[in-house]
Parts: sequence; structure tokens; C-alpha cells
Amino acid sequence: MRVGLFVPCYVDQFYPNAAIATLKLLRKLGVDVYYPQNQTCCGQPMANSGYEHLTKDCDRLFIDNFAEFDYIVSPSGSCVLHVKDHLHDEQKEQQATHIRKRVYELVEFLTDVLKVDKITASFPHKVGLHQSCHGQRGLHLSSMTELVDTPFSKPMQLLNQVEGLEIIQLTRPDECCGFGGTFCVAEEAVSAKMGKDRVEDHLMNGAEYITAADMSCLMHMEGILKRKNSKVKVLHIAEILNAEKEALSE
Amino acid sequence: MSRAQILSAILNNQPQSTLLPEDLQFDSPSNEVVSEKFCQMINLIGGKVVVIQKVEDINLYISEHFTKSDRIITPIEELDYFTPFTGDEVPHDFVNTEFAVFKTHFAVAENGAVWITEDRMGHRVLPFITQHLGMLVEENQIVATMHDAYKKMADAEYDFGTFVAGPSKTADIEQSLVLGAHGARSMTIFLLK
Amino acid sequence: MSNLQHPALSEIFNRDEDRVNWHDDTLWWIRAKRDKAAQGISEWELLRETASQIKNNVLSNLHQYLEEFEKNALANGIKVHWAADAAEHNKIVHGLLAAKGITQMVKSKSMLTEECHLNDYLEQKGIDVIDSDLGERIVQLAKEPPSHIVLPCIHKKKEEIGQIFHENLGTEAGVSDPQVLTETARIHLRETFLTRRSALTGVNFAVAETGEFVVCTNEGNADMGAHLADIHIASMGIEKLIPKKKHLGVFLRLLTRSATGQPITTYSSHFKKPRKGQEMHIVLVDNGRSVQLGRESFRNSLKCIRCGACMNTCPVYRRSGGHSYHNAIAGPIGAILAPNLDMKKYSDLPFASTLCGSCTNVCPVKIDIHDQLYKWRQVIVKEGNSPAAKTMAMKVMNFTLASPTRFKLAGKIGRWTLKHAGFTVNNGLNPWYKHREMPEPPKESFSEWYKKNNP
Repeated sequence: MRVGLFVPCYVDQFYPNAAIATLKLLRKLGVDVYYPQNQTCCGQPMANSGYEHLTKDCDRLFIDNFAEFDYIVSPSGSCVLHVKDHLHDEQKEQQATHIRKRVYELVEFLTDVLKVDKITASFPHKVGLHQSCHGQRGLHLSSMTELVDTPFSKPMQLLNQVEGLEIIQLTRPDECCGFGGTFCVAEEAVSAKMGKDRVEDHLMNGAEYITAADMSCLMHMEGILKRKNSKVKVLHIAEILNAEKEALSE
Repeated sequence: MSRAQILSAILNNQPQSTLLPEDLQFDSPSNEVVSEKFCQMINLIGGKVVVIQKVEDINLYISEHFTKSDRIITPIEELDYFTPFTGDEVPHDFVNTEFAVFKTHFAVAENGAVWITEDRMGHRVLPFITQHLGMLVEENQIVATMHDAYKKMADAEYDFGTFVAGPSKTADIEQSLVLGAHGARSMTIFLLK
Repeated sequence: MSNLQHPALSEIFNRDEDRVNWHDDTLWWIRAKRDKAAQGISEWELLRETASQIKNNVLSNLHQYLEEFEKNALANGIKVHWAADAAEHNKIVHGLLAAKGITQMVKSKSMLTEECHLNDYLEQKGIDVIDSDLGERIVQLAKEPPSHIVLPCIHKKKEEIGQIFHENLGTEAGVSDPQVLTETARIHLRETFLTRRSALTGVNFAVAETGEFVVCTNEGNADMGAHLADIHIASMGIEKLIPKKKHLGVFLRLLTRSATGQPITTYSSHFKKPRKGQEMHIVLVDNGRSVQLGRESFRNSLKCIRCGACMNTCPVYRRSGGHSYHNAIAGPIGAILAPNLDMKKYSDLPFASTLCGSCTNVCPVKIDIHDQLYKWRQVIVKEGNSPAAKTMAMKVMNFTLASPTRFKLAGKIGRWTLKHAGFTVNNGLNPWYKHREMPEPPKESFSEWYKKNNP
């Protein structure tokens, strides 16, 4: 099984540690991972702003980078959902279809494809899990509070395997953080307020770390935590699942 | 003529026909369970239940809860307060009604609603304009859900009918629940065993 | 109202953070009640699916159902009118009143008449309209539009309502107890009900099979108005039809549980025939609906039963208030309905969302609201309703992202700038920076790290 690692543009530039942890974690689990070096972006920032018609070049580039793999795995639910829902190419539709079917967000790849039931990681801290909307409501990484459904959570399933980790309960378990791509600047007032409220829920309930399967939400919440001079940190779920005992510096 | 214009635009734009879903069928719980659920719901929606053994027992309730000067109206013939209706009444004449009590067709357990049609109201406005409202429900005439309710009234003929679930209410001011908005301030279910 | 768009109106709303918190908490509480009610019905998701399929059937046979409804309503003695747009609807209503020399009307809740701006029109014609739903009466006295389709004055605090009542209804200054205020409104509106010869109501559902229509209220105001008036006018959008009476069982189970978490409204009144001596009219209004029906991506927005659940759950609506949508119908559903009426004016609304998808999950008729928001964005941009600067920025972004070389260079420059010349980014011109710090730029990107570590 050959797996292509898709590292979203902003993760590549701002959060390399999340991508490094993803890569190391997958290797630790014996996966044959490759990182195609000419990748850039899935095109979501443009598409969500109404410019899906501009993303043809991004789509083509994505296909050229990833069509050869059995699976494409990425530490971002939102980007994966975008690829799943919108990746098309008139000339290479067969490859596009293959990618749409084989692209996985990291957590669901671990739980559904690798069926990981033992993770050797240690993270003795109180952690708040942020349910990123696209991962949750789009990729169904966990049950949703709006639906009458049997509760489940793939991220929780993995976090529960981490030694010493304590999950805190949130007052609103799956409300949006307000990032929303260009929404965060176009609708600055509401976006920032949503972020503040989400962060407050974690702080109020005693989180030392906030984690998620999407770095974009964490980037948003980190911006707010730092403005508040809070000691609480954000960490991508891959960094926690890959955390060794006593390690975790940087 | 807008009618033709609207209908033709719709005909042009409506998509290919899709089928109606199957009717929903659920198992009905026992009468006891249904009756208990109904009483629970009535309490939850701000009503109260008075269990009676015969229709005439309502007379006693009225004499205990209202004074002689209160205007009591009911189209239920068994009651002392029976009011004959001719069908030519002016609705405004009922404005000072203190209590009115009616015979319902049936009740619904899942939401505490009772179904009543105009022919049992004396006048359409009466269940709404009266300050306090009574509804007679026969215990063996309670259905579990709204699906059962519409099954029960499938062939019923009426000019006007309504489901009433509890007293009139509003929460428009800061979501504070207040009973007695424009309709009845209270609703008493007389549950005939 | 001003010409401000959603971001600006929300910014104004957010200047009072305590108020935003209060607004958010109130609506979240209603969302929580809705969840509890839904969880109480084990077949909830099946109900939603059934309702959705019924509505799909309605939309795909609307022509036939309208004709069937008209025929049956006429046979029941109801007079049926057709209005192509808001103007015609208003003219019809006025014509009915004028023919009887009526100058006063009482009206229960009807979002359609808000959409048509009926009150303004009738006022200009010298007709006095009093809204009888308590929340609507409050915003009417405040000279504001409703901010929510089910909870018209959810944006008002009780003290403000007390002041409005003091000024208009003569309550004592400083009284803000909801019990007292409601009692005052009850007395004031009883007088109105008793003296109005005409009543207008909305329509929740109209049944093609029987020609009857159903009006749901908690207060009893629709019934008080209709049963005391000589003439009852019911205004309905053509999409409010359902095929058969038994389908009401599905919709009445969903409507109020979704709206407020109640198991059913206090009154669900089935109007089939006018009472003796009364006139009953129904006005079937198109006003853009037949156009929306033709928009494949957006037609199923017409399934909406106006429960307001999408507003209560929307994290944006809760923190921006209904008026920020500058449209009769606010929130996510308003944002997918409004562009159909005026794409330029409402071009901001589909962007007033993070596409979190919560709206779609609570919708009792399974409208894919957040997907439609995404689709409206594409249509709005394609039809040239997007600001030129944004289009330019997007083209630059695409130019960068379409090439690995340009992307890597831009990333390097970006990270360098952030580290060494943060002042060019961290200033008042950067909306991100107003309430949030920029991410700490790492010394190398992942791809740079990878190159070094995986030769």
C-alpha cells in the first residue's frame, strides 16, 4: 500500500510540526508514505469564496501529484472534504474519481483503514477536543449533536488510547470555531467572537491543550489564545498521537 | 391573468416527479401506557388533568372553581351549564365567557393535544375566547401519535377543527414562558375513565 | 434600513459583547430544547427523511397540487386569489378590504406579508394594521422588522420592551415583568380582536386533497382574529402545499419540536370552510418561487416549513442578530432564499457562514442549506456580483497556488515578512490581527524539512 501524504498549504508553511508528526506516526504504524514535493493546495480557499471556477490549475496539480497512490492521507479534515466533494478534471476525470474515493483525513485513515487499536503514545495532560465542522459534519468523524444517532467519535477512539491523557468535557461539544476560510477576515467581527467563545469553553472546563483533526481551526483558536496571553496551547491530533513519554518540546 | 402565468411557470420549472414516501407505521403501546403518557404531557404543557367517572362530575368541578356570576358555557347536554346554540350567535357576544367546556373527539398522547371540530364547539371562537377552557376526553379515545390521529380522522367531515394542546402561551419576552396570551389562560382535561 | 451589508451590520452588533453573549445564550437554549425534543423521538431521522420526500414530491408536482387545492378550496366556499409578486399580493389584500369599506385589520404572524411589505403598503392606503402575535406587536411598536421568523423580538431585552409598552400602551415606567407585559398586551389586543372586521393570517400548511389550510400558533391570536372577523384573508406562498391530510401527521410532529422544542403548538387550526356569514379568502403568492423552482441547485430551499431551527443553531446568526441579514427572513435559510429575489442586494448573505453544516443537520425537511450557501457563492461570483478587489486577490492566490515554485517562494517571503517585518502584517489593515495573533512563523516549512530529512 502506497500512501501519498497531502500537506495543506498553510500547514506546510506555518505548522510543519503537525505534518512531521503525521509522517512519523504513519511510518511508525508501518505505512509506506511518500510526500510528493510539487503539491501546493487543494483550492478550497478560492472555491469557498465563490471562485471554484479558478481552481482548475490547482485541481490538475493535485491530480498530477496524487493519482498514483493507493491512498491519499492528510492531517486536515477540511481540505480532504474539499477534495472529496469538488476535485474534478475534464481530461483526467478517472484519476480525479480515484483520488476522491481514496483521500482520507488522518484520523479516519487510522480508524477505518489501518484499524489501529493500540497507540503507543503518552500525553499526561488535560485535553479539549475541538470537533472541526468539516471533519465532523462533512466526513462524519464523529456523531453530531443535532442528529438522533448512536454516539461515536473516531478522534476520541484514538485519544483514549493515549497514556495519561484526560479529555475534558465541553459545554458545547461541536460548535464551530468561526475560522471558515476567508470568512475569518471578511466577517471579522463574528469570526473573532466565535473563536473567543470556543476558546472560552475549553478554558472554562480546564483544558491545558486544545486539539483537533484540523489545523485551521487550531490556528484560529491559537491566535485568540495568544492575544489573551493564555498558557493553553493548541496541538494537532497527530502531535498528540505521536507524543513520546516526556518528549514534546518545541 | 396571474393564475395562468404562475401555473405555466411552475409547469416549466418543476422537476421530474418523485414518489411519495410510504406511510409511517409504528406499534401502538397499550391503552394504559398511552393514557399515562397523555397525562404526563398535559402537565408538561401547562394543563391539568381531572379524572372523572361520569360526564356529570364536571358540574362539581365547575361549582367548586367558579362563582355564580361567572359566565359558564358548554354545548355538552349532560351538564347543568348546557347552553343551547342556534348557529346564529355573534362571536363577540362570548367575550365575557369565564369557562367553557367541550367534548373532544380524541386526544394525542405524544403531545397532549386534543382534537375538536366546530360542531362540538357551539361556536368557533369559543374555545379561544373563553378565559378558562375545559376539554372532555374519554380515556379509550387517546391515540399514541399524530400519525394515529390523522388515521382516526381520515374521513371526518368538518368545517373547522383544531388541535388544542394546553393553555394559550407565549415566550416572546426574553423566552419567559407566560400562560394566557390571547386564548385560554388555563386548560383542564376531564379524563373520563 | 441602511445599505450596510452583513459584515458591517454584524460589526455594529458586536460592539456590545454582553448583548451578543445574551443573544447567543438565549438562542442556544432554544437549540438545546430542540435537541431534547428530537432525542425524545426515536424515529426522528426517519421523520425528517419522510418529510423531505413528501416535500420533494410536492415540488415536483406543484402544478397539479395547486390546481387540486384550488378546486377543493373553492368547493369548500373559500375564495382563491393568485398573486405573481408582492405588489399583486398587496393589491389583492387591499382590494378585498376596500370593497367592504374596511380600514382596520388585525394580522397574525405571516412571514410572507413581511416579505411583501404589506404593512407599509396598507398604511399608505390608509389602512391600520395591528400585528397580534406578541413578539410581532412589540417590533411593530418599535418600528422594526422581526429579527427571527419564529421569535420576532428575540433581540429585545425585557426592559426595552417595558419601555415600549410604557410609551405605547400606558404601563408604568420601569415595569419589565414578562407576566405583566403579556397581560397588558392581552387586554390591549382583545380590544383589537373585538373591533376588527378583517383578519389576515399566514398559512403553515395547505392540503391539496381537501382544500383546507392549517395555521399554528401558541398564543391563539390567529384564531381570535379569524373567528371574530367578517373577512378572513389567508396569505400563503405556493410552496406551502402538502398532498394529503395524513401528511400533517409528519409535519406537525416536526414543526414545533424543531422550532422551540415543544411537542406541538398550542393551537393547530384546520380551516376548511368559512363560518356562517363569513368570507374566507386565500391568496396564493409566487413572488419568485416559480423561478427558484427552476434553479436546480436551489429549488429544494422551497421545502422550508419556517421552523427557524437553522437560525437557532447557526453560530453566525446567534452572534450577528437577525437584522444583520437585512432581509425579511434571516439566518441560513434567508441567505439561500434572498439571492433568488435580488442577487446583487443579497450577495453578501451566502458568505455570512462558515459552512459548518449545523443548519443542514437540524433542518426538519433536510434542506442542504450549507451546500446551497456554497453554490450561491459560485453563482454570485460568476454573475459578477463580487467586489473587484476580491476577484483580483483570488486570481493572485490562484496564480501562486497553481505553481509549486511560486508557492514555495511566496511561502518563504510570507514567513520571512511575518518574522522580520511583522508591522506590515500586524496592523489595523489586517482584519485577522484585530482580535487574533498571527501564527508564529517556523524557521522552515514542512517541505523544506522533508527535503533535508528525506534525501
